[in-house]
Amino acid sequence: MSASTAAPNRTRATAKAPAPTAGARRRTTFVGLAAWAVGIVFCLPALWMVLTSFHSEADAATNPPSLAASLTFDGYRTFFGGDGGPTPWPPLVNSLTASLFSTLLVLLLALPAAYALSIRRVRKWTDVMFFFLSTKMLPVVAGLLPIYLFARNTGLLDNIWLLVLLYTSMNLPIAVWMMQSFLADVPVSIIEAAQVDGAKLPTVLGRVVAPVAAPGIAATALICFIFSWNELLFARVLTGVVAGTAPVHLTTFVTSQGLFLAQLCAASVVVSLPVLIAGYAAQDKLVQGLSLGAVK
Amino acid sequence: MTTTTAVRPTPPRPGPPSKRPTGSRAKAWATRAPLLPALVFLIVVTQLPFVATLVISFFDWNSLKPDQRHFTGFANYGSVFTDPALRESVLTTVLLTATVVIASVVLGLAFALLLDRTFFGRGFVRTLLITPFLIVPVSAALLWKHALYNPEYGLFNGVLTWFGNLFGIESIAQPEWTSEMPLMAVAAALVWQWTPFMMLILLAGLQSRPAEMMEAARLDGAGPWQMFRFLTLPHLRRYLELGVLLGSVYIVQNFDAVFTITAGGLGTANLPYTVYETFYRAHEYGLASAVGVVVVIGTVIIATFALRVVSSLFREEASRA
Repeated sequence: MSASTAAPNRTRATAKAPAPTAGARRRTTFVGLAAWAVGIVFCLPALWMVLTSFHSEADAATNPPSLAASLTFDGYRTFFGGDGGPTPWPPLVNSLTASLFSTLLVLLLALPAAYALSIRRVRKWTDVMFFFLSTKMLPVVAGLLPIYLFARNTGLLDNIWLLVLLYTSMNLPIAVWMMQSFLADVPVSIIEAAQVDGAKLPTVLGRVVAPVAAPGIAATALICFIFSWNELLFARVLTGVVAGTAPVHLTTFVTSQGLFLAQLCAASVVVSLPVLIAGYAAQDKLVQGLSLGAVK
Repeated sequence: MTTTTAVRPTPPRPGPPSKRPTGSRAKAWATRAPLLPALVFLIVVTQLPFVATLVISFFDWNSLKPDQRHFTGFANYGSVFTDPALRESVLTTVLLTATVVIASVVLGLAFALLLDRTFFGRGFVRTLLITPFLIVPVSAALLWKHALYNPEYGLFNGVLTWFGNLFGIESIAQPEWTSEMPLMAVAAALVWQWTPFMMLILLAGLQSRPAEMMEAARLDGAGPWQMFRFLTLPHLRRYLELGVLLGSVYIVQNFDAVFTITAGGLGTANLPYTVYETFYRAHEYGLASAVGVVVVIGTVIIATFALRVVSSLFREEASRA
């Protein structure tokens, strides 16, 4: 990540000053210090969360905060059911199921669509692109009630597969936009060569397009995974004891057992971990995904 | 980002479908076919429910009294704009969105300018600054509510006490953040979460500045402020617009923070929370749908501007290809 951001700056810096003056060097040191300070202060709540998760409940609830408190895994042990309490595995598995399967479904639907929008362009392709985008602008609450009624009447309430479908619709527009910009970079000649050899569309997509566009497809998948993993409103309204996801588990966690700060922080760290890993891996593409492919 | 912006190969595009009479129709369908599954799926899962919401919004329908359901025309919309609580949630939504977007754009710009410079450990600082955006939104909201705002053992009051002790003050003021300034409390947590997003967009903008132009201006004797004011800012304009508009679209829809930090209490209920509350707790299906439609209208107004901005960026992209 730092390599890609450093590149343009380095060229600028070398062009501007072959031999930095003492003043310039002092200025650079100052900027560096300021940036470090800003970074640490801004990230402090998150760092605090991690630190608190390793404190005992007694140390977590002191005022002023105890920086010298000894570290313990108790928060994590309790969160994982170490004291005979409920384990977080069902919600974590539900979140994983909903996120993985919806991501898979998104890729299956978005790849052919992006192909039609970038390589074999359908007529009025920009209009179609904007239709996809416009569904993303439709607030979730606009369809929540009918979806709830539908789920209740068909017995799909508290069913993880309904969430899979909804998360797919939530992420599909972003995926189509991102992938169309990635597929635009695939050379048409190799696709034509495959077609001359008699390859049908699924073969072309699977064997030719997907391998070439693999990094872009991976980034798209990570972003869809993050959004599904983070989602609360649908999960809160449409699931309950059986299909509740990790974010829903977090919200109930506080009320049902009173507040245990260290345990809550441990839970937050655990639930955020997959997103943090996926996010750091895809941070450049994350902007692109969130800005619907507009910033490259 | 830079690798993709670098040199984009310009593959020969197949022109518009040719008007050859033989098999052109079949060919057009062959082109269209890969698009259809995604299109049909989206229409069924997103557009149909909205149409249903629109229909329900014209009914007086409380799920606890299902037999009294009847058509009421625009009565629900009347309630949305006359009921003081609902009117307040419209105002809250506007206020919250505006505050969060403006604050996070300003902070994000400052951070982006800082990260645009070279210094030791820039990659690490960048990682620190992005982290708030990568924490699951509910976790972030719970973190702010319990670990930071809590009046007894939250970090903020803890730091106040610590400072107090430092200067020998025995009992320093211990504010009840979420009850004394509920909207600011929600807004601060959201600004913390959204600043990295703005920073990332603006950083992409900063790094796409043509280096030669900046160099030329510097050689012509432009100071840092002049370069920022007359080169960087105009260049960033579209990125700023994009950040503001996308931020608005996402933040207007915020549910997690409001639900978690204040549970919509003390004048922090925004429209999405109100919809949730109205149908999930109060069982007023017709009214909830009307609020939902109002949210959509508001978002459409913002989105129209957003689409125009995105479309201008997109046209550039299309002409480049």
